[in-house]
Amino acid sequence: MTSEANPALFGRIPILGRFGLWIWRNPLIAPALLVVIVVTQAPFILTVIYSLFRWNLQRPENTAFNAFGNYVDIVRDTRFLDSIVTSLTFTVGAVLLSLLVGLIYALLVHDRFFGRGIVRTLLITPFLIMPIIGALAWKYTVLSPIFGVVNWIVRQFGAAPIDWIGMYPVASVVAVLVWRWAPFMMIIILAGLQALDDDQREAARMDGAGPLGEIRFVVLPHLKKYLQLSALLGSIFIVNEFDVIFMLTQGGPGTATTNVPFLIYQSVFYSFDIGHAAAMAVVTVLGTIIIVTYLLKLLGSLMGDLD
Amino acid sequence: MVFWQRRTAATRGIERASMIRTVLAWAVALFVSFPFLYLATSGFKTEVEAPKMPPAFVPVPESLSGFPLAYTPTLENYKLILAGDFMPYFINSAIATLVSTLIVLLLATPAAYALTLPQTTGKRNVLFFLISTRFLPAVGVIIPIFLATRFLGLLDNVLALIILYTAMNLPIAVWMMRSFFQDLPADVLDAGRMDGAGTIQELILIALPMIKNGVLATAFLAIIFAWNEFLLALTLTTTKAATVPLYMISFMSAQGLWYAKMSAAGTLAALPVVILGWFGQKWLVRGLSMGAVK
Repeated sequence: MTSEANPALFGRIPILGRFGLWIWRNPLIAPALLVVIVVTQAPFILTVIYSLFRWNLQRPENTAFNAFGNYVDIVRDTRFLDSIVTSLTFTVGAVLLSLLVGLIYALLVHDRFFGRGIVRTLLITPFLIMPIIGALAWKYTVLSPIFGVVNWIVRQFGAAPIDWIGMYPVASVVAVLVWRWAPFMMIIILAGLQALDDDQREAARMDGAGPLGEIRFVVLPHLKKYLQLSALLGSIFIVNEFDVIFMLTQGGPGTATTNVPFLIYQSVFYSFDIGHAAAMAVVTVLGTIIIVTYLLKLLGSLMGDLD
Repeated sequence: MVFWQRRTAATRGIERASMIRTVLAWAVALFVSFPFLYLATSGFKTEVEAPKMPPAFVPVPESLSGFPLAYTPTLENYKLILAGDFMPYFINSAIATLVSTLIVLLLATPAAYALTLPQTTGKRNVLFFLISTRFLPAVGVIIPIFLATRFLGLLDNVLALIILYTAMNLPIAVWMMRSFFQDLPADVLDAGRMDGAGTIQELILIALPMIKNGVLATAFLAIIFAWNEFLLALTLTTTKAATVPLYMISFMSAQGLWYAKMSAAGTLAALPVVILGWFGQKWLVRGLSMGAVK
């Protein structure tokens, strides 16, 4: 049946047809595009469909269409709302602190000094290290109540050792996230600093601006779009953080550090509740789209030469 | 500071400020590096020495052992790991990473090239569609991917990881390669067409050799992301196809036991990507900013 035969029913085929034609005309792009569509878009559509069913892998016989029942359930379920709050806390906390720390790193290593190459390399390494190993190192060499160096220092001052991860789980996760993401911010901010005209800084200095004034009135305004870019990219990655939480706290104690991705992971692989997990996943994707939209706008303005 | 310059009060002030900055930068760098430098050190200790505090980090020969902050390095842990259960994980990681990166380059290079050419329509839509897929949360697709992998009998099979890592890295690779192609002078691309070379010929013969660094940088980035990936490996593999991060989580509840072995394994597992990153430092920013920042 063609679209002419029943335009009401197949009104959308021309769009698909146009897409098909474009794919046909662009054989160099088509393979990459199709791989991405098959591996990421098709599953997302399935996620949306799953979210409309009552479906638990342990009780497959109970599977039934549930319309928006799962969405009603997850909104009523305080665990989901709590996990959203946790995700936002981690994201806002870690992004703001990483920006600040990353800016400090960048200002420290921007100008030439003895051993700058080594210092830069050491500073970016936390970002390169496998997150699982980074978190493992923190857990045992830094924060562990018995074997960690922080508690060794605490004991030297005669204080009782503290179970940092148990007592301050949110702060511990944020600390590791900042350790990991501040270098990322530094890398982008450094590129921004390099693009900054030395003359501009010189002029500010001539006008009698001190080092802080120079940063406040010349460097920061220039860095605005670099800071925006690193904040948006950082938010997208940190809001979906899984590895560090899995290794450091397993979402605990209780649900103190259970963010959305970790809760979804638990619903799928501990409770086998596909319907609920899918509904949460759909909400997460919709939430992320808000940040992504801003990011794409920014990327678009940074590279205004398209089409 | 040039030595024959007259040292005024002002230049002395600048010198002092720059010395403070140097010291501060080094202090911050060493502070931040503590977790991984200490992990690397502990890999050369015995299991008895590794969990001990204060942190010993000065390697000394055996005759000097017992001094504070000193330890006698040993290669036992590395021998144990290389002969033992660690290698299969390492090999799985290497296969998943390298094969997926190769496929990424094969698919991304022509796509990025075509997305640079003026005659291609809809560039903006394609590019933004591609990159938006990279930014969407993995949990949004993990459920059907898990079920589909199970349905296809690909659970615990490296092939599943290869396919997924390919899709994961493709968008960034296309953006990054495109930013390198764009840096080529316009007449380079035009010249090929005048000689009557077809698009693919033009790409392989003219454009590609000129962006060798770009290909390398893209490969670096894809390797870093694939090697460090955890969530997909955790969901889709168990034993046969399990990768390095899964080996590492077996130490998750270690309480002072196996610290030395854990540290050696962690060092070995982190090193390949860390070294790549060190070498590729100047390209990192371009990759991480999708080519928007050079």
